[in-house]
Amino acid sequence: MKYATPAYAVAFLLLLAAPFFVYPVLLMKVLCFALFACAFNLLLGYTGLLSFGHAAFFGAAAYVAGHALKVWELPALAGILLGAGASALLGWAFGSLAIRRQGIYFAMITLALAQMMYFFFLQAPFTGGEDGLQGVSRGSLFGLVDLEKDINLYYFVLAIAVFGFWLIHRTIHSPFGQILKAIRENEPRAISLGYDVARYKLLAFVLSAGLAGLAGATKMLVFQFAALTDAHWHMSGEVVLMTILGGMGTVFGPVVGSAVIVTLETELADKVGSLVTVIMGAIFVICVLLFRRGIVGELLALRKRT
Amino acid sequence: MASPDYILETDGLVKEFKGFVAVNGVSLKVARGHIHALIGPNGAGKTTCFNLLTKFLEPTRGTIRFNGHDITADKPAQIARRGVVRSFQISAVFPHLTVLENVRIALQRQLGTSFHFWRSGRTLDVLNERARELLAQVGLEAAANALTIELPYGSKRALEIATTLALEPELMLLDEPTQGMGHEDVDRVMQLIKQVSANRTILMVEHNMKVVAGISDRITVLARGAVLAEGDYEEVSANPLVIEAYMGTESAELAGAH
Ligand SMILES: Nc1ncnc2c1ncn2[C@@H]1O[C@H](COP(=O)(O)OP(=O)(O)OP(=O)(O)O)[C@@H](O)[C@H]1O
Ligand SMILES: [Mg+2]
Repeated sequence: MKYATPAYAVAFLLLLAAPFFVYPVLLMKVLCFALFACAFNLLLGYTGLLSFGHAAFFGAAAYVAGHALKVWELPALAGILLGAGASALLGWAFGSLAIRRQGIYFAMITLALAQMMYFFFLQAPFTGGEDGLQGVSRGSLFGLVDLEKDINLYYFVLAIAVFGFWLIHRTIHSPFGQILKAIRENEPRAISLGYDVARYKLLAFVLSAGLAGLAGATKMLVFQFAALTDAHWHMSGEVVLMTILGGMGTVFGPVVGSAVIVTLETELADKVGSLVTVIMGAIFVICVLLFRRGIVGELLALRKRT
Repeated sequence: MASPDYILETDGLVKEFKGFVAVNGVSLKVARGHIHALIGPNGAGKTTCFNLLTKFLEPTRGTIRFNGHDITADKPAQIARRGVVRSFQISAVFPHLTVLENVRIALQRQLGTSFHFWRSGRTLDVLNERARELLAQVGLEAAANALTIELPYGSKRALEIATTLALEPELMLLDEPTQGMGHEDVDRVMQLIKQVSANRTILMVEHNMKVVAGISDRITVLARGAVLAEGDYEEVSANPLVIEAYMGTESAELAGAH
């Protein structure tokens, strides 16, 4: 706890300087996935709910934002907020159906609902089917900052990501977060103290979905297209992997996990082709067998011991 | 209409588990202000009764009335908000929260900010004073900042009582509050229950006959899911049916407390 504030400050300064040393598009991709994983972690790590349908929120926001920018010609920020809002709404619908189920049943219902959304995106007239929504222009921020320039866009994306992280951090440490912790620690006791646990879980689910949407819409802006891969169940699996690899229930774990996975995927894509899936699978197995707490979780445990 | 003397009344409460009848037509009346003990051999259905009263289980048949209102259809959290708060047979604490935070969870609901995810956690600090008072009441003041998982067992049970008290329940249901405790802890918790019963009603499941004899105003004996006997300690302990039910298992204990 004592080191938290300086750690955040250092991380923020590094992120400000990063685009001068690393390719900005890769950095933006990492930021988007980091936000996605953190949103997912709010649910898995802090509420104890394993959703296997988070791609639906990531993808839905990408489509909605893409459509808003391309067809309605809304400004970038408005499109992104609309996308995130749509995902939050979708999260409310999913959550209402799934939240009373426990464990594996909850995961299965979220997966089934996400698959339904996938087929909707495949068939719906505005998504471009197999081709996706392509050639979305980034536009500008308040007509002042040209977002077509990668370096400008980077700082815009960084601002969104920092806002997202702040909101998650705030939520975890809020009165609401305190109740979430209580529910995760001992659900029957929380009920016996008069808390309608389903309503708390539902709000956590909506927040998580909305923030996952924020990440998806932002990624759409970076790559200027929304595609079916964003809503595919692979994406739901990937966010689970990132979160567990980095360390679920830790603040920085999902950030580290997504940085590792995105960098690996980008580096390996040209070299090993489709073998990359096998490598990811192997990483997951090793992680589950050898370091269950994830990278950050293990480091924290190590520091505690010494 | 319910008699106003009774805070809790059940009528023909039944719970079947796939053909096995765990609670069989229990009609219980708990008088306001009493410490009412629910006793009976292992597997008699005491915990199941508690689960029915707090709706952690759905009764197969029967009704439950609290303060004259039919609460049979209520949800568990709703029942808690009406003022019926239970503890659990296995200590129910939030292990990775601090002792103070445990009590604060119970106090927090009254602030009405429990859904406020945008608010700082420091807004909960206004509850600290009341939380410390409650901890002092159960002798845990010094442990306020300890992580709950590190507490000895007896202290966890005491913390559970402090957390339950935080809601100022009209009716407290305690499931074996002294289970697994050493002599000194048992005496302390017994005094504590007596002390907090001042302006509320307590229904407790208890195996320790010393506690039952010491503080209960009325006793209901449950055996194989049904009420076997009811009365004060003298009546119940002299009842041949009760002695028989406890035969071989706890008869010595029952007699020993005389
Ligand atoms: N969920 C359940 N499914 C099936 N049977 C159950 C269930 N819960 C309890 N029972 C059975 O109901 C009977 C009563 O159990 P209960 O836990 O109410 O007993 P108890 O009086 O609290 O006993 P103890 O003194 O050991 O705590 C037992 O035979 C138990 O096995
Ligand atoms: Mg029991």
